[in-house]
Amino acid sequence: MTLSTQNLTLTYGDRAILQNIDLAFPPGKISVLVGPNGCGKSTLLRALARLLKPKAGVVYLDGQAIAKLSPQELARRQGILPQSPTAPEGLTVRDLVAQGRYPHQTWWRQWSAEDEHWVETAIALTHLESLAHRDVATLSGGQRQRAWIAILLAQNPSTLLLDEPTTYLDLAHQLEILDLLRDLNRRLGKTIIMVLHDLNQACRYGDWMTVLRSGQIYASGPPQTTVTETMMRDVFALESHIMADPVLGMPLCIPIGPLGTTAPAVGRTRG
Amino acid sequence: MTSPHPWFALRLPGLRASWRLDRRVPRAVGLLILLGAIATVIHLTQGDYAMAPPALLETLMDPGGDRDRAFVLGVLRLPRALVAVAVGAALGASGAILQGITRNPLAGPGILGINGGASLAAIAAIAAWPGVGAAQLSLVAFGGGLVTALVIYLLSWQGGSSPTGLILMGIGITALANAVTSFAIAFSDIYAANQAMVWLVGSVYGRGWEQLGPLVGWMAIFGPLACLLGRELDVLALGDDLAQGLGSRVERGRGLLLLCAVALAAAAVATAGAIGFVGLMAPHLARRWVGASHGGLIPVAALVGACTVVGADAISRIWFAAVELPCGIVTAAIGAPYFLWLLRCQGSQSGDRP
Repeated sequence: MTLSTQNLTLTYGDRAILQNIDLAFPPGKISVLVGPNGCGKSTLLRALARLLKPKAGVVYLDGQAIAKLSPQELARRQGILPQSPTAPEGLTVRDLVAQGRYPHQTWWRQWSAEDEHWVETAIALTHLESLAHRDVATLSGGQRQRAWIAILLAQNPSTLLLDEPTTYLDLAHQLEILDLLRDLNRRLGKTIIMVLHDLNQACRYGDWMTVLRSGQIYASGPPQTTVTETMMRDVFALESHIMADPVLGMPLCIPIGPLGTTAPAVGRTRG
Repeated sequence: MTSPHPWFALRLPGLRASWRLDRRVPRAVGLLILLGAIATVIHLTQGDYAMAPPALLETLMDPGGDRDRAFVLGVLRLPRALVAVAVGAALGASGAILQGITRNPLAGPGILGINGGASLAAIAAIAAWPGVGAAQLSLVAFGGGLVTALVIYLLSWQGGSSPTGLILMGIGITALANAVTSFAIAFSDIYAANQAMVWLVGSVYGRGWEQLGPLVGWMAIFGPLACLLGRELDVLALGDDLAQGLGSRVERGRGLLLLCAVALAAAAVATAGAIGFVGLMAPHLARRWVGASHGGLIPVAALVGACTVVGADAISRIWFAAVELPCGIVTAAIGAPYFLWLLRCQGSQSGDRP
């Protein structure tokens, strides 16, 4: 499954957010969208999922314009998890996950054996078996996030889009979610495209990285080539030191300070 | 719930048809039908002209037997009790749909301006056209409810319909409609004002077969449609983005559901006036009982509503026979404390959340 954009221009009202974006996400890989606040990365993700109608340009899924697909057809091939969704009251985890089967159903075929199978599979993949009977409202943040991902898995598309799936989670649960996503990518071959805030996590989990700066693509490629000290200056207006992560060898970014600083503020007060 | 599967799957393999129903629904439906039947029998047999339940059966089987009894039952009590059941069911179902659409547990037919608009239209007709017949009044009220809901829907449209917008606009339009209604009552003669007040509180007093017909007709169209759309309502409850991501045509689904809710509520209000709290209370009780999946929730909320209104009307007819207390006062007397209790519970619940 290849997701790509051609000449994509996105606006909110009259305000242009992204202009003339040409992108192709590698199939079967984890791609990460990074950039400073307001650079348009969430907007781009929404357009990829057809939650936002482009002002101009086209989003293609396997060579077909997504605007031409029926909503259910698109949802069978591609799923999106928006940022911090809210669960309705009084639903158990299993009830919630069952909603993921929506694009595979019609009003007269609402619960096939296949639906049942995929719900159980999704619950098993996200390790929610022991929590499946619980009310969603009683789950912790990390458990709830797994339940949301389980909806996408019950939906069973080959491409998953996620908007900051680790927001509001502590570090251990952030890694738990990211490990789960990588596992889904490696074992099931899901193409994953997600917005991440943490650059080092983006380097660690992303096979591919697209860096956005004020509505334009600054760079696109493997993290090893995109994460550089120059990029940090141009995009985030930060002086930094990029080194190889001692555990995995991926780029690791040590921020130093705003443009022009040569040593971290802490170091300067001591010295 | 210890069972691994909280639902039943109903499958017709030959037709590749299948449905899912919460495991708690059949029992709830059975108990509520029983409760409703008991309340209806009490309603029919007790009061100034009391009879034993076997006599009721006798008259139903053989209407020609006892003339007095046949009149009391066939003309006075039976249509009234059935109207109460139907009105309650319509309000309960409508409330369940509206709370689902707005994702707000405090929404109901009242808050979305349907009551306000229907009342305004009816009171305007009573004031402008003394001696207006019940049938015309009901038609005018139905139209008023539909038009008001449409106005609210259009005014809250900002590049798409928004649940919050619907509620805010509904509150505003309701306030406006109520102000005009009060104005109309203040300047109408005493007889019309009295008729209007009873209508505003909601009463099934004096309702006959001719009112039951259209109400059941509307319910036969929009009730089953609403139950079929339960699945749409379930995904809408996840929020617009996720619903769209799951392939739902959000605006079409919400529009159709809103139409069902408005038609059901308007038909009920047109028949019995603005009976309060049922549309708010019934879905809550139903949700506590059978959970939030709307395929089961809508019919259970309808049954809770039906039991509530027929019970309330039995109370008002039997205990307050001398004053013919409108049953809307009884539902409000039960509903208002329940509502306060609910607000308290919800307050403490959200406080406990992580």
